[in-house]
Amino acid sequence: MYEKTLAELSAALRAGETSSVELTQTFLDRIERLNPDLNALITVTREQALADAKSADEMRAAGKAGPLTGIPLAHKDIFCTQGVRTSCGSRMLDNFIAPYNATVVEKLKAAGMVCVGKTNMDEFAMGSSNETSFYGPVRNPWDVQAVPGGSSGGSAAAVAARLVPVATGTDTGGSIRQPAALCGISGLKPTYGRVSRYGMIAFASSLDQGGPMGYSAEDLALMMNAMAGFDERDSTSVEREVPDYTADLGESLQGLKIGLPKEYFGEGLDSEVAKVVEAAVEEYRKLGAEVREISLPNTELAVPVYYVIAPAEASSNLSRYDGVRFGYRCENPVDLEDLYKRSRGEGFGPEVKRRIMVGTYALSAGYYDAYYLKAQQVRRMIRDDFTRALEEVDVIMGPTSPTVAFNLGERSDDPVQMYLSDVYTIAINLAGVPAMSIPAGFANGRPVGLQVIGNYFDEARLLNVGHQYQQVTDWHRRMPEQYA
Amino acid sequence: MEWETVIGLEIHAQLATKSKIFSGASTAYGAAPNTQACAVDLGLPGVLPVLNKDVVRMAVKFGLAIGAKVAPRSVFARKNYFYPDLPKGYQISQYELPVVEQGMLEIELEDGSTKNVGVTRAHLEEDAGKSMHEDFEGMSGIDLNRAGTPLLEIVSEPDLRSAKEAVAYMKKLHSLVRYLEICDGNMQEGSFRCDANVSVRPKGQKEFGTRAELKNLNSFRFVERAINIEVERQIDLLESGGTVVQETRLYDSVKNETRSMRTKEEANDYRYFPDPDLLPLDIEPAFIDQVRATLPELPDEKRRRFIDEYKLSVYDAGVLTSSREMADFFEAVVRESGGQAKMSANWVMGDFSGALNKDGLEIGDSPVTPTMLGQLLQRIADNTISGKIAKEVFEAMWNGEGMPDDIIEKRGLKQVTDTGAIEAMIDEVLAANPGQVEQYKGGKDKLLGFFVGQVMKLSKGKANPAQLNELLKKKLAE
Repeated sequence: MYEKTLAELSAALRAGETSSVELTQTFLDRIERLNPDLNALITVTREQALADAKSADEMRAAGKAGPLTGIPLAHKDIFCTQGVRTSCGSRMLDNFIAPYNATVVEKLKAAGMVCVGKTNMDEFAMGSSNETSFYGPVRNPWDVQAVPGGSSGGSAAAVAARLVPVATGTDTGGSIRQPAALCGISGLKPTYGRVSRYGMIAFASSLDQGGPMGYSAEDLALMMNAMAGFDERDSTSVEREVPDYTADLGESLQGLKIGLPKEYFGEGLDSEVAKVVEAAVEEYRKLGAEVREISLPNTELAVPVYYVIAPAEASSNLSRYDGVRFGYRCENPVDLEDLYKRSRGEGFGPEVKRRIMVGTYALSAGYYDAYYLKAQQVRRMIRDDFTRALEEVDVIMGPTSPTVAFNLGERSDDPVQMYLSDVYTIAINLAGVPAMSIPAGFANGRPVGLQVIGNYFDEARLLNVGHQYQQVTDWHRRMPEQYA
Repeated sequence: MEWETVIGLEIHAQLATKSKIFSGASTAYGAAPNTQACAVDLGLPGVLPVLNKDVVRMAVKFGLAIGAKVAPRSVFARKNYFYPDLPKGYQISQYELPVVEQGMLEIELEDGSTKNVGVTRAHLEEDAGKSMHEDFEGMSGIDLNRAGTPLLEIVSEPDLRSAKEAVAYMKKLHSLVRYLEICDGNMQEGSFRCDANVSVRPKGQKEFGTRAELKNLNSFRFVERAINIEVERQIDLLESGGTVVQETRLYDSVKNETRSMRTKEEANDYRYFPDPDLLPLDIEPAFIDQVRATLPELPDEKRRRFIDEYKLSVYDAGVLTSSREMADFFEAVVRESGGQAKMSANWVMGDFSGALNKDGLEIGDSPVTPTMLGQLLQRIADNTISGKIAKEVFEAMWNGEGMPDDIIEKRGLKQVTDTGAIEAMIDEVLAANPGQVEQYKGGKDKLLGFFVGQVMKLSKGKANPAQLNELLKKKLAE
C-alpha cells in the first residue's frame, strides 16, 4: 500500500481494500524502521494517529467519508498542532507545546486526514538544505550523503521514502519546491493569500505560504481542495471562492503557451539538469503545447532583494522569542538584559542569528531607505516581470534548482552559495504567484525538478499541466531503491 | 530675560470597544491577571492580528469631530523594541500614514477668550501589558490583560503656551471623547493618559528650544504641576548657563519633580516598517458618511445653543456642557420643570453637583432624577414652597424619601399664603418685641430683617416671603 498515491489510497479505502487503521499502522511501521537514518520526522504521534484512524474508519462506516478521510499525513513542524510539540526546528521552541491548531491543520483534520507526526525542517524555515535544524540534518532518501533540500526537507524526504503519502510544507523562497525537486516528489506553493497562514509560525510574513507535498499533481489537487480558502483569522488570506482543483486535471494541453525565461537557462545552471528540463519541455511539445522563449529581466535582483526583505521581516517576527512567556529561557539570568541576550543567544542557531542581524541592520534608522524601501521598489519590478510575461504565456517553465541535491556539509560554510540554491524559486515568492515543482528525471542519479509557474490563483491550471505530464511519464512513481 | 513656554501634548485615549484592537479578547478593566489575554495577545507563535472594525469607526468619528482629514488609506506599522510586557517584541501602531490628520480644537482660556489648538495627527495602536514589580520578591510579574487594548494617540501641535492652556486643551479633549462615546475617560484606570513635550525659548525667538518629554501625567492636576516644575527647571538651567538635553523625563507626583528616564542617545531605534500581517486600512467615503450621521451635538455647538436657547451665561453654559451627561441632565430638568432654565442651571450646578461631589457619585448614579428635580423647581415657581424649604426637600429626595410633592405633603412644608394666618403671626411677633418696634419706628429700618426672621421662625419657614414682607411693612407703618 505504501507505494500508492493519495488518490489510489483513497480509492482503496473506498473499495474496502484496506482500512485507515491498517494504512496508518503500515506507515507508522515504516517510520519506526526507516526514519532513524533519515531523520525526516522529529515527532511521531503514534497513539493519536491510531485513534484518529479508528475515528476515520468509523466515519467511513457511517457513510461520511470524503476523499481524504483516513489518509495519513505529516505536518511540517512549523504548523501549530494542539497538544503536540511545535518546534519550528529550533532549540528555542523545543519545549513549546502548541495550545491550538493552525488553520491548515484544522482543515485537513476536518477532512478526516490522520496526522502521524511532525517533520524536520531548517530552523525557522531558514535554510535550503535542512542542515540548520536543531534536530540535526535530514538525509535524502535517494542518497544519504545528499541533503534533501530545505526548508521543508523533512516533509520532502518523508514523502520520497514513503514514510507518509503526503505532507504539508511552507515556502518562503522555495522551501516547498526546492526540496520537492531534490527528493523527486511534487510540491505546490500556492498564490500568496490562497492558504491561511494562521498557526503557521512566521518567518517572512509577506512571502510565507503553506502548500502540499506528495507524489503526484493529482494528490496535490486533492490536498488543495481541503487546504485552500479564506480565513478570517488571517487578514492577508484572500476572500475568493475555492475551485475543485481536480476538475480540470484531465484537460488537454493542446495549444498551451509555455514560456521559458532565458534567465533561467544561463550561467549557473548545471548542464545535466538543463538536459532533463529540456527533455521535459519536449514532452510538453508532444502534448500539444507551444513553447517560446521569454524574459524575466529582473531575475538577478531576486536573491539580493529577498535577502533584505525576508530577514527584515524575520528580525521582527522572531522578536517574540525572548524567554519571557514561552520557549527557551537561559539558566539563572542575572537581569533582564542577560535574560534576553542569553535566551536568544543560546536558543537560536547561527543561520537564524545571521538573518536577524541582517534584517535588523536593513531596518535601522539611516539604512531603511537604502535597503528595505529600495528592496520593496525592486520587488514591484520583479512582480511586473511576471505579470507581463503571463500576459503572453499561460505558464512559465524552468528548472526548480540549478543543481541536483548537493552533499551534506558541502555548502554549509558558504551562506551565499547556499542562498543561490534558490535563485529560480525566490522571485516567485516576491511576486506572490503560484508555482509547482514536479519530478522530471535524474542527473547523476539524483532527482531533477521541473518548475511550473502560473498566474495569480491559477493553481488549477498548474495542477492540470503537472497531471498531464504525469500521465505520460513515470518520474513521480520512481522510488529510491532502499525504500522501495 | 523673559521666557516663553512651548508645549505639545500626546494623549492616549483608550477606545471603548468591547474587544481588543487585533483580537477577540475582552477589554474590561480589573480582571484577574492574564485572564483576558488570548493567543493573539500573548504573541504565541503563528498567531495573526485581525483589525477590529469598531476601532476604525471610533477613530473616524474623532477625526470628523475635530474637522480633521480622515485618510483614505492608512498603514499599520511595527514599532520594534524589547520589553517584557510587550509580547511580540513590537507594538503595532501607525507611523507614516495615520488614520487622522490635521484637526483643530478650540479651547477657552481663563480670561474668557478662545484659542485654536492644532491636532497634528491621531493614530491607532495597541497598548502593551503591565509589569508589576512590587508583589514578587526578586522577580517581576507580567499582566497581559491590557495588551492589545485599542488606543487612539492624539498628537497636538506645539501650540500651547502655558500649563493652564495645556490643561484646558486636555480637558476639552477629555470632554470630547466622552461626548463621542469613544473613550470612558477614566484617568485612574489609565483610559486617558498624557505625555507632554515641554520646551522654553526667549520671548520673541522663532526657533523652538530643546524639548523634554514628560511621562506619567495621569491627572489634570499633575499635568499642570509637572509642566510648571519642568519649565522652572529648564529656565533655571538656561539662566545658569546650562543647556537642556533632549530626553524623556518621568514626573514623580510624590516629590513633585521630574527626573531623567533616558536621553536621546539612549533612545531605541524602533525600526518601523509596515506590518506585513495587516493590509493597508482603506476607508471608503460611504463609511465616513455613515459615521458622520452618528455624530452627536458636540460641546461647542451645545454650548452656543444653551446660551441662545436658555439665555445662560457663557460660564454657566460652559459648565453645563462640560460633559454630555451633565448637559443631558440639565436639559431634562428644564423640560420637567416646565421651562425653568435659569433655576435649573443654578440647581444642577449648585445643590445637585454639590451632592454628587459629596457622595462621590456620577450623574448616572444620582438618587435624584430629572423628573424629581423638575417637580421641585415647579413647586418653587408656583410658590408652593420657598427656595429655602426647597433645599430641605432636595436633601430628603437625595436620601430616598420620594417625590417632592410627597415630601412636602408628609412633612407639611407647604408655604403659608393665607393673609390672615400671616397677619396673626406678625401680630404675635410685634407684640412680643415692643422695644424693637419702637426702634424701627424711630428710623432703624434694618430691623425689618429681624421681624421677618422672627415670623419665619414662627411659621417654621413656611410663610411666603413676599407676602410676609409686604404685610409686615404695612403693619409697621400703621
